[in-house]
Amino acid sequence: MKHLAGLTSDTRGERARLFVRVNKRFPASADTDSDFLLQVEFGVAAGISVILGRSGAGKTTLLDCIAGLTRPDSGVVQVGDRVFFDDSRIIDLPPARRRVGYVFQTLALFPHLSAQENVEYGIAHIDSRERRRRSDEMLEAMRISGLRSRKPRDISGGERQRVALARALVTDPSVLLLDEPLSAVDAPTKSRIIDDLRSWIDRHQIPVLYVTHSREEVFALASHVVLLEKGSVIGKGSPYEVLDTPRHEVAASWAGFENIFDAGVLREDEDGGTITCSIGEVNLEIPLARHSGKAVRVGIRAGDILVASEKPVGISARNVLPGRIVDLIRRDAVVVVQVDCGITIEAHITHSAQSALDLREGSPVWLIIKTHSCHVLQRSDRES
Amino acid sequence: MDWQSLTLTVELALIVAGILLVIGLPIAYWLTFSKWQWKFLIEALVALPLVLPPTVLGFYLLIAFGAQSPLGRWWQSITGQTLAFTFEGLIVGSILYSLPFAVQPVAASFASVDPKLIAASATLGASRLKTFGRVILPLSVPGITTGAALSFAHTVGEFGVVLMIGGNIPGVTRTISIDIYDRVQAGEYAGAGQTALILLLFSFVVLSVIYALNRKVWAAWPFK
Repeated sequence: MKHLAGLTSDTRGERARLFVRVNKRFPASADTDSDFLLQVEFGVAAGISVILGRSGAGKTTLLDCIAGLTRPDSGVVQVGDRVFFDDSRIIDLPPARRRVGYVFQTLALFPHLSAQENVEYGIAHIDSRERRRRSDEMLEAMRISGLRSRKPRDISGGERQRVALARALVTDPSVLLLDEPLSAVDAPTKSRIIDDLRSWIDRHQIPVLYVTHSREEVFALASHVVLLEKGSVIGKGSPYEVLDTPRHEVAASWAGFENIFDAGVLREDEDGGTITCSIGEVNLEIPLARHSGKAVRVGIRAGDILVASEKPVGISARNVLPGRIVDLIRRDAVVVVQVDCGITIEAHITHSAQSALDLREGSPVWLIIKTHSCHVLQRSDRES
Repeated sequence: MDWQSLTLTVELALIVAGILLVIGLPIAYWLTFSKWQWKFLIEALVALPLVLPPTVLGFYLLIAFGAQSPLGRWWQSITGQTLAFTFEGLIVGSILYSLPFAVQPVAASFASVDPKLIAASATLGASRLKTFGRVILPLSVPGITTGAALSFAHTVGEFGVVLMIGGNIPGVTRTISIDIYDRVQAGEYAGAGQTALILLLFSFVVLSVIYALNRKVWAAWPFK
């Protein structure tokens, strides 16, 4: 293992690229009525890549395949030129020989060992003075030097996360897998841990897969996002590409589209670059996009919708929908307004806007939606 | 009071518990982690002494120890005597008879070790043997002491198998339970009662000490 420690930094970036192509079928069981098929292919460079997906999307199985804890039916897993798994070449390194740092969702700290013993577990093969030096250094970097002799049950949740990270990082892994490692800590603790983790990753330049189902973490962390749904990759790229201009219904719900409708296409205006479509009684003008025949799925962010208490005139927005407020809920800094325009549309406004317009349940309002605030989405059932 | 039969019994039980500790760990490990599809057959085999009358086990052992069986002939060729009616024969019989008592608590505690800890150990570069020594074994100390205690106690209390394969040779195969039976047969109720009481108290004290240690297992575990 030591022969890789001497890689020079200029070659490391390219060598450190993680490539994954795995197929794995899980037969239907008592809990699932149909087979689950994990079928993914992607490559990521050094730095943090977020694997985003709902529970059951196959995120943990994917990490287990990379770590060697689950054997794919076929495929390739490699980091740089080190091949972990390749069914065509009959290569399947056992987990112990992959040099993968894996922080489990449950952390899996050894309960009978102290924090320092946990951290030293993965470097037990090296000389004891060097081992102590490296674990001390790592405890210092993770700011947990004061806890070295404490058992996991005697320290706080955030400190346990730090011990688990330190235990994985001290082995100088070639790839780091983090399975929702920060799901159990509060936001300030989380952001401090992320800062320390980031500075370590900046220094070591290895690929990091960070699994989460939290959208906020994506923008806080990722240089790259892989969106996983039902065992398949349905989006990859920068967080902006995947979540801000979603092409897919599932990506859209991750990106915070509170309003998703199925609409019928009435007419296309190719010169004007728009489509007019109908959702029940309501007509909407939306941007021209590739769609399947007569039906189109439309996503609109609640924050992109304007609410007017009088009918607006002389306005560039093409969609002005009259309706009546059916519900108002205060949620943190916003007021969630449900408006019945024939269909129910959710809009978000500020507290001060609500009081200035004197909006309450039953108030008549006009919703103003720009054409380009309507996003045409690809449907998740892949019928197109 | 026959001290000879008491010391013989304790000696037998200690040897049996010691040997079972050594052979019980790999058997329990295999039973817990093997993915062999016919594993249940071995599980049933290990559990057999729980349901079989001791006389049945004793009968087969007697046959196996005899000069007609390969085992009996092999033993005779290297030691010059038969296994039946010897202390060594008692050890073999007691190991088989107490096997489930040693294996099952240990297997149960191996199985209760969080699989994620084993996975974590593997990703940290540990071999299976190292994972066993540094994670599974220390976390299974309660099950292991329970297994050792139960096989010890079960051997102390053994009667039927001993009667079948050991007979009643003072200082060789006369264990304390045989001694009590003997005295009752001879109408020596006072002596039988005294011995029975000593056995009762001894067993209770031993079990109490082990369960007390078990409760504070981290305090008692020396290899932190």
